[in-house]
Amino acid sequence: MLAESLFFSAVLFTIGVVGVLTRRNAIIVFMCVELMLNAVNLTFVAFARVYGVAGQVFVFFVMTVAAAEAAVGLAIIIALFRHKQTVDLSNINLLKG
Amino acid sequence: MSHGELPLFYVFHFYLFGIIAIASALAFVTRKSPVAAALWLVNTMFSLAALFVLLDAQFIGVIQVLVYAGAIMVVFLFVIMLLNLGHASEIADARGMGWKLAAGLVGLALLAQMFALTRARVPESLALPYGAVAEQVAAQGVIAPVAGPLFNEYLLAFEVTSVLLLAAVVGAVVLGKRRGSADAR
Repeated sequence: MLAESLFFSAVLFTIGVVGVLTRRNAIIVFMCVELMLNAVNLTFVAFARVYGVAGQVFVFFVMTVAAAEAAVGLAIIIALFRHKQTVDLSNINLLKG
Repeated sequence: MSHGELPLFYVFHFYLFGIIAIASALAFVTRKSPVAAALWLVNTMFSLAALFVLLDAQFIGVIQVLVYAGAIMVVFLFVIMLLNLGHASEIADARGMGWKLAAGLVGLALLAQMFALTRARVPESLALPYGAVAEQVAAQGVIAPVAGPLFNEYLLAFEVTSVLLLAAVVGAVVLGKRRGSADAR
């Protein structure tokens, strides 16, 4: 079922990318990044079945990084909300020329 | 790998959970309310956990439910409710037509690339014999095949991960602290 897993993973990753590009709510954009990480995890697990369980160990590291990223990212979003009273990404344009 | 030897039960559930995952992901990116979107994403993660179990990664499936669906998504929902963003009307909507077009093009390009990679030939000499991981799980249990490499070959990465988590915790606390509390000390 390697080809099917890669197919599902590719579609999920693409949905995540399209979500990041089309949504303006910072929290939803952030959840789309989590969806992309999940899609990559599916690829790792599918390959681990054919090439050895080391792929499953990498899934652990991906999950740890995702947890750390979620903690820091959500803290940034909370700080941003305190500052601007919104999480709309089009209102967060401090670096825009 | 041919499908001839796989039982129909297995193939049916594999496709079922894959299609549920993709449908939930589509529902997730199209919802206006962040709470509904987060719950659809939880559904996607549960389906992925089922796929992991079907792919002989039972422990990863359990961790997926515990950590992703159980911990990370709860933190997301907590922040959505803390900031009172649950109302669909006042939250940011989708971007304009130009962005949607660009996103569609990028998505199509990505899909084309990844399907091309799916067709790529991987060296057969690297592959384990068919069902080797399932046999390993049957012989050693669900956790031992994952724990062995994690605490031997990848021990350094494991220790570095603990530093990463510590940095993330300190960073989250510093970022989450109110500015005014510096005077109150």
